[in-house]
Amino acid sequence: MTETKASAPTTRISSFVLMVVFVVLALSFAALIFGVNILEQNSEASWILMLLGFFGVTLSTYVLFQTRRRLSKLKIVIPPVTTTIECKKCGFKNVREFQRGDYIFKEGENCQKCNEKMLITAIYREVKDKDKERLKPF
Amino acid sequence: MCSEGEFVSITALMSALQSEVSQGPLGDTSVTWILNVLFYVIFVVFMFYGQRIQTYVMIREVEGSLYKLKYIKEEGRKIAIETIKEIGKPQTEPSTRVDRFLEYFTISPQTLDPAGVVWKLEHILDVRDTRFKDEVKLMAPAADETQANNLENTLEAAMALNFIYKVIRHYYLLGKKTLSLYIIMQIQMILPLIMKEAEAYASALKAFAYGQPIGDGAGALVAAKLMHGYETRKIAKDCVVATAPFEGRSAFVIKAEGPGGNVGKPGDAVKAVIEENEGKIAMVVMIDAALKLEGEILGEVAEGVGAAIGGPGVDQYKIEDELLKYHIPINAVIVKEDIGDAVSPMRKEVFDSVDNVIERIKQVVLERTKEGDKVIICGVGNSIGIGQ
Repeated sequence: MTETKASAPTTRISSFVLMVVFVVLALSFAALIFGVNILEQNSEASWILMLLGFFGVTLSTYVLFQTRRRLSKLKIVIPPVTTTIECKKCGFKNVREFQRGDYIFKEGENCQKCNEKMLITAIYREVKDKDKERLKPF
Repeated sequence: MCSEGEFVSITALMSALQSEVSQGPLGDTSVTWILNVLFYVIFVVFMFYGQRIQTYVMIREVEGSLYKLKYIKEEGRKIAIETIKEIGKPQTEPSTRVDRFLEYFTISPQTLDPAGVVWKLEHILDVRDTRFKDEVKLMAPAADETQANNLENTLEAAMALNFIYKVIRHYYLLGKKTLSLYIIMQIQMILPLIMKEAEAYASALKAFAYGQPIGDGAGALVAAKLMHGYETRKIAKDCVVATAPFEGRSAFVIKAEGPGGNVGKPGDAVKAVIEENEGKIAMVVMIDAALKLEGEILGEVAEGVGAAIGGPGVDQYKIEDELLKYHIPINAVIVKEDIGDAVSPMRKEVFDSVDNVIERIKQVVLERTKEGDKVIICGVGNSIGIGQ
């Protein structure tokens, strides 16, 4: 099936999502600064705050980076289609990329072995199903 | 449950926060007061505006998909125009004609009095088909019959994408205008399925433009394999039939004429073969691609009874009517695939299932007919990229 990779100039990231990300980022920075400030008074609490702040900054930066990546490209990807040509006389098989004008049961080029006319016997595409393993138990 | 160590850490954190807060300009009680007010404000806001906030979130979600649909629709238009220019060698720029074509509509017949509606629908569909073919000829004068059929299919896929985009845009704008949760919710709930269909059509565009066999052609491929090497003749509009020996029986194998993209009129073809043989047909076997449920395996073969044929229903009606007239039994063998696989280039699993289908047909014919009987084997589906 086609994969559509989001998104191009036609796409925009939701401002609501952006707002949430920026709020998290600001709070994380505040936690980091707060953590540094209380380091001498209470080191244990300070480390926890710094850890939380660091985690928040990392997460929100990652989300921002992801949205940036989503903006970069959008294109329709078609998996390659292969054509199988067979010689009915000697059984020689040739598998190549699909070319415009190919169709099943079309007489193709001559056989490399016996010089007989070859026949297109199959045109298909192979797809690796990513969800197959995930949904296997059902 | 938290351990003693964790509890100590949390207590330490809270006391540190408290000491920091009390050092602030507002003091301890002021901050608690502010936090309380904030909590009540949020509570009241969500109580009165919760639905509106949910509506905004849904509108944003639909908006994201709408941008994606717009891109797919524009790509579809671009592919159609490029293919017309490449194959059809038009004298003038085809863009205006393509844009006009994308806006075509078909009005289904009135069903207040349902008697004879099938024939009215058939007439409308015939007019539509002729109109489309004429348009394609005007757009691409240099295209041969096969290429013209493929171009017609390409344009129809672009048309479907245009329609999907416009419907989603309609609900999005209506939802935005009225801020009604129920309007936007309708479309948001079925959005994943619509996006799947749109992506399938985007894939179909390329397949049609290049003339590649599609998943829907599974039935046509079975028929092509059975009739290959035997003489074929035209039996109905865009349909061919071949008489081939099959397990000691005489089989009339029917399929849409390939390798151009069309589905033909299998209803007329089956009817014509039955009439030619004065109803002396022992059995009809129909093969088609059928939508699979999630969890079912792609290319799985199943067997049943009835006319296995999709579309608007005209052909199914004709076949059922003719079979009833002569009391001919009908069996069906289907290949399971989802909408995406049905309209995109044929997958290996579907291609491999063709041999299983032929085995099933052999089994059905051997079990349910006698030697020397006449049977009809009708492979239904788009014959794009499939010769005979």
